[in-house]
Amino acid sequence: MRELALHLLDIAENSVAAQASVIRIEVEEDIINDRLSMKIIDNGKGMDEEMVRKVTDPFVTSRTTRKVGLGIPLLKEAAETCNGSLVIESQVGSGTTLSVDFQRSHIDRMPLGDLATTFLNLMIAHPTIQFIFHYKVGIEEFFLDDSTIKKELEGVPLSEPVILNFLRNLFETGIAGVQSAA
Amino acid sequence: MTTVKSLEDLKKLRELALEKRKVKTAEGKAQVTVAMGTCGIAAGARETMKAVLDVIEKNNISGIIVSQTGCIGLCEREPIVQVTVGEEPKVTYGKVTPEIARRIMTEHIGEGKIVKENVIPA
Repeated sequence: MRELALHLLDIAENSVAAQASVIRIEVEEDIINDRLSMKIIDNGKGMDEEMVRKVTDPFVTSRTTRKVGLGIPLLKEAAETCNGSLVIESQVGSGTTLSVDFQRSHIDRMPLGDLATTFLNLMIAHPTIQFIFHYKVGIEEFFLDDSTIKKELEGVPLSEPVILNFLRNLFETGIAGVQSAA
Repeated sequence: MTTVKSLEDLKKLRELALEKRKVKTAEGKAQVTVAMGTCGIAAGARETMKAVLDVIEKNNISGIIVSQTGCIGLCEREPIVQVTVGEEPKVTYGKVTPEIARRIMTEHIGEGKIVKENVIPA
């Protein structure tokens, strides 16, 4: 994968598969300390200690269609190459938090990529899940708890053209705004 | 801090969307599902989905449900998109680049013509 935003989409899909009803995604670019960190916090079914230990191993997965899972190992590898790390904290029945961080200026650190499209896709494709998106660069922030919008639109799918247009603009201008102000 | 600026605006949009849907209900709904497992994402599924949403927005197509699913075990044929129009049986497409996605939206969903080259036989 060529973008951190694609990894975010991939990891968030794990939370969806774990039947989370709330998924919080935090991305922070700390310019002063030269770190880029991301957190995906869910309230899904969680994993036991053994599963957490094994989950970064490419030969373990919860999927049934194929026996190897590559999403987390790939991201871990990418982080460790950039003086960073990946940590998973999980508890059966209460959820999982995956934290990953990178040296922001590292030559091998892949670009953040299209965060707006990742957020929009997640929100549209999972209307019954509450997403909280938080993106911070320095002191600039984009924050959206999508339950406000989903509640307000009750009965109208997010994939209606006028709504889609509104949401796309919201994400694109919000995220670009943070990046240009920082 | 960026938040939704105006809930009033959102209410207006909701009314607008409801108006449009009323007109469209007779045509029957379509569902578009994009496979978004690690394999799909690595093969470009996010851009495929972006193309689907783009056509809906630009061509102002109402009544389409867009969703995601995980890996369906055909990783080598990703990106995979499944389309169900009304009561018709589900059609599974493979190697759906953004360009093919646009064709599926206009030809299959718009005109009822299946994009044969990319169909994965059931």
